[in-house]
Amino acid sequence: MPDGNNTGIGASVLRKEDRRFITGKGNYTDDINRPGQTYAYFLRSNVAHATLNGVDTSAAESAEGVIAVFTGTDLAAAEVGGLPCGWGLTFQNGDPMIEPPHPVLAQGKVRHVGDPVAVVIAESKKQAKAAAALIKLDLKELPAVVDMAKAVEGGDLVHDEAANNICYDWAIGEKDPVEEAFNNADHVTSIDIVNNRLIPNAIEPRVAIAEYDSASEDYTLYTTTQNPHMIRLLMGAFVLQIPEHKLRVVAPDVGGGFGSKIFHYAEEAAVTWAAARVGRPVKWTAERSESFISDAHGRDHLTHAELALDKDGKFLALRAKTYANMGGYLSTFAPAVPTYLHATLLAGVYSTPLIYCNIIAVFTNTVPVDAYRGAGRPEAAYLIERLVDRAAREMGIDQVDIRRKNFIQPDQFPYQTPVALEYDSGDYSATLDTALKNADITDLDKRKAESEANGKKRGLGMATHIEACGVAPSAVAGALGARAGLYESAVVRVHPTGSVSILTGTHSHGQGHETTFAQLISEQLGVDFEAVDVVHGDTAKIQFGMGTYGSRSLPVGGEAILRAANKIIDKGKKIAAHIMEASESDIEFKDGAFTVSGTDKSMAFGEIALAAYVPHNFPHDTLEPGLEESAFYDPLNFTFPAGCHICEVEVDPATGTVDVVNFTAVEDVGRVINPLIVEGQVQGGVTQGIGQALLEGCVYDDNGQLISGSYMDYTMPRADDLPSFNVATEVTLCAHNTLGVKGVGEVGAIGSAPAVINAIVDALSGLGVTDVPMPATPQAVWRAIQAAK
Amino acid sequence: MSNFQYLSASALDEAAAKVKGAQDGALLAGGMTLLPSIKLGLSDPSDIVDLAGIGDLSGIDVEGGSVTIGAMTRHAEVAGSSEVATAIPALAALTGGIGDLQVRNRGTIGGSVANNDPAADYPAACLALGATINTDQRSISADDFFTGLFETALGEGEIVTSVSFPTPDKAAYQKFTNPASRYALIGVFVASGSDGVRVAVTGCGQGGVYRESGLEEALGGDFSAGSLDGKTVSSDNLMSDIHAAADYRAHLIVEMAKRAVAACG
Repeated sequence: MPDGNNTGIGASVLRKEDRRFITGKGNYTDDINRPGQTYAYFLRSNVAHATLNGVDTSAAESAEGVIAVFTGTDLAAAEVGGLPCGWGLTFQNGDPMIEPPHPVLAQGKVRHVGDPVAVVIAESKKQAKAAAALIKLDLKELPAVVDMAKAVEGGDLVHDEAANNICYDWAIGEKDPVEEAFNNADHVTSIDIVNNRLIPNAIEPRVAIAEYDSASEDYTLYTTTQNPHMIRLLMGAFVLQIPEHKLRVVAPDVGGGFGSKIFHYAEEAAVTWAAARVGRPVKWTAERSESFISDAHGRDHLTHAELALDKDGKFLALRAKTYANMGGYLSTFAPAVPTYLHATLLAGVYSTPLIYCNIIAVFTNTVPVDAYRGAGRPEAAYLIERLVDRAAREMGIDQVDIRRKNFIQPDQFPYQTPVALEYDSGDYSATLDTALKNADITDLDKRKAESEANGKKRGLGMATHIEACGVAPSAVAGALGARAGLYESAVVRVHPTGSVSILTGTHSHGQGHETTFAQLISEQLGVDFEAVDVVHGDTAKIQFGMGTYGSRSLPVGGEAILRAANKIIDKGKKIAAHIMEASESDIEFKDGAFTVSGTDKSMAFGEIALAAYVPHNFPHDTLEPGLEESAFYDPLNFTFPAGCHICEVEVDPATGTVDVVNFTAVEDVGRVINPLIVEGQVQGGVTQGIGQALLEGCVYDDNGQLISGSYMDYTMPRADDLPSFNVATEVTLCAHNTLGVKGVGEVGAIGSAPAVINAIVDALSGLGVTDVPMPATPQAVWRAIQAAK
Repeated sequence: MSNFQYLSASALDEAAAKVKGAQDGALLAGGMTLLPSIKLGLSDPSDIVDLAGIGDLSGIDVEGGSVTIGAMTRHAEVAGSSEVATAIPALAALTGGIGDLQVRNRGTIGGSVANNDPAADYPAACLALGATINTDQRSISADDFFTGLFETALGEGEIVTSVSFPTPDKAAYQKFTNPASRYALIGVFVASGSDGVRVAVTGCGQGGVYRESGLEEALGGDFSAGSLDGKTVSSDNLMSDIHAAADYRAHLIVEMAKRAVAACG
């Protein structure tokens, strides 16, 4: 490991991208303006469910500044395809999931408030918006399907082809042995959970600008995405039939995503298609209120779960049935989230031998639901950790003891869970021990007494969590229904004077890749950190790549960079051997220099780079000029970051107000490249977990109207809602990548929500409270206290 | 957002004439409600008459047992006034908790009382302290001024010029904020003075700010938090929303009243 002053692996290097971000010089999509651009405004359904019998655009078309108005009918006539779903699931009997069309602009029906119906292209944004107000929709309103439990009973259908509004009814695990274990258990704990729907709220709203060059027949789409190549593939191949070499997708700086900018959205396709039709660039920027009703939402599970235990508190079996909300249409990754990213995680960090889980995906007249920071894994951790907490309380076992006695032990890796995944590494006692120490639990009773004296109730809750990330081994993903491979690519381009460009298929929407990846190359090639640049976010510059989600950028993308860098070293050795007239096998590369072993003959990395591009006497047959290498890395397995979160709360029982007074997170994310970035990522993830647990409530009324449609009603976490975090890491190395890294983007969001809720239950247990819902708003907590009286 | 005509005025009668002369005129004080409303398309005035150019509408005057605050005085100025903090500390504290820093630097007392938002803080202070709202035409007691949701006794084109607060013996305001908007989910202003005990509640009433007579009676006999133990208030005319149903609001009114009384010392 390098010392603290360097810029290699393990150094807390300040993020190099922050200079431009905090001085207002970031280049976000809305900062881009193209010559002669027009503006798009989308007219959206303001009802949740209706038959769309007609769209009268005549008044809008003749309004001032309007260039064109397009509807679903126009797109259908032009044979524009629907938005594709990237993952196919099956029913338990093997039948494929119900996959209804997802038109770019509504056709025949509108299915949620916010469903785009028409797009107006005008000279100004204001004119486009004003004209949209002149469009007359012939809608016959239908009863809205909002509540999942009612939706599956039949009646009104979101999609006629989906009986009982069910997209799929899928299961994993062996049902009968699980049932037998329950029948023979000493104790069964059960819980009903609502994992609340969340609205992502990236600070940068979505933006799309498209242009078409009629001379070259090239399209360019600038868009706010986490994965420009995937948008090019999905939109080009499935929606607009534009071949890749004629379609460039650019995602410049992206201001937050949390998953919501993975997906291919209707607006991207609509502006790209419209740009060719009107012969001018078309720009669309979401208004904040549009973001609430058009960005894919997260979570939204309705679960009944049970845990069977023996008399000592050893877990015998777990079973769960979950209704997972898909919303009005299938978003890009939606079907995979409750299944392969959730049900497969139900072992958690425990050696539960038998698990069965049934997932029923449900269509409703709400905004589509898809991956949101953690995507399925926070839901799994919430289910398990609430259940474990409750089992311990019911059986009178200590919260720490019940976890410890069920942990998968360090000598059990690789550990095959009963739900498909094989964990490669971990030490769950180590993260737990450090967390207990850092949370100072020995003085908890004293702190509880002090709170009690002030009329407050103090409680401590924990979660020991795991996630599967580094998404994902292509073979595994393919076997599970993914319609894409999930490798990652890298090009390491060494320039003649020795500086380096890294071309990565991942993309940063705030993670600090420009710093972390430069550290990797600085370490591996011995070049100056400042001499390394990261290039990403432009399909015209970058080889095909899969983008950033599922905490994959370092474990998959970083590993690809490392492998390309190693090829650079190999090539450098060949060049060094030639120039220094030595055998290639005698060349050593260390600290940025190629040395002939056992001699003082040595060439610096920069000298080799220059020689590679000035190959005056290279042997023609055996040594090519140039110093540029690429790698496509397909991981062998998921990575499995894990950790322990301990939350301490103080509740005011008179009002129901919850104050998070301490939050301790200890994460094992494998080798840490940049501790500063890791801590920041954990803080952000924990904040979103606290947000889900206490603040963020997405509320639809019975008519499918989004009640929490603005910041007046949707509570985002703010700095004064949060404590000063206590974050630490413990390291076990990933066993199947060279770097030993596991990924850190999501882990903070995995265990934080159950830790918070368990803490509230602990605080109020003396009042008889056994459950509080998320978000545990003051009113919800107060009601839980009243109900327990 | 539609286009509107911006008009300035340097005297009250000029402003009144301009707003009355407009097809659909609106007075602009701090603009902390009017401007967002226009941006969101909730308000669509033809003309906006800016009161900022009328110099004598701003200022704080403490004398003779009352605090008079000019209509265009910004919240931050009241919050930072040592004179107000000495005379009616509860009022200074209330203004320091309105909105956020930006709102406090722009928002005015005149705009707040004229708008009478059911979740605004100032109306509770006016009602509990028995304030007088002075306009370009007359003086109106707070009891008569706030007439309903976003409704006041102001006539068309009538302009608030100042608000006078009698100095109480004791007063305190307790706000329980809406977790999302940070407006008052409920706010209770308790005051004890020559006029007896007055308890004003904001954020709750279906008709906007109101006095909670049951709590006033209980406190009138014994001005202590303990005298409210076991007291309840009816939830019949209280608002319900996703953050607080009427019964929870009713509970919080008593709880916040207790805390306000306790804060009176």
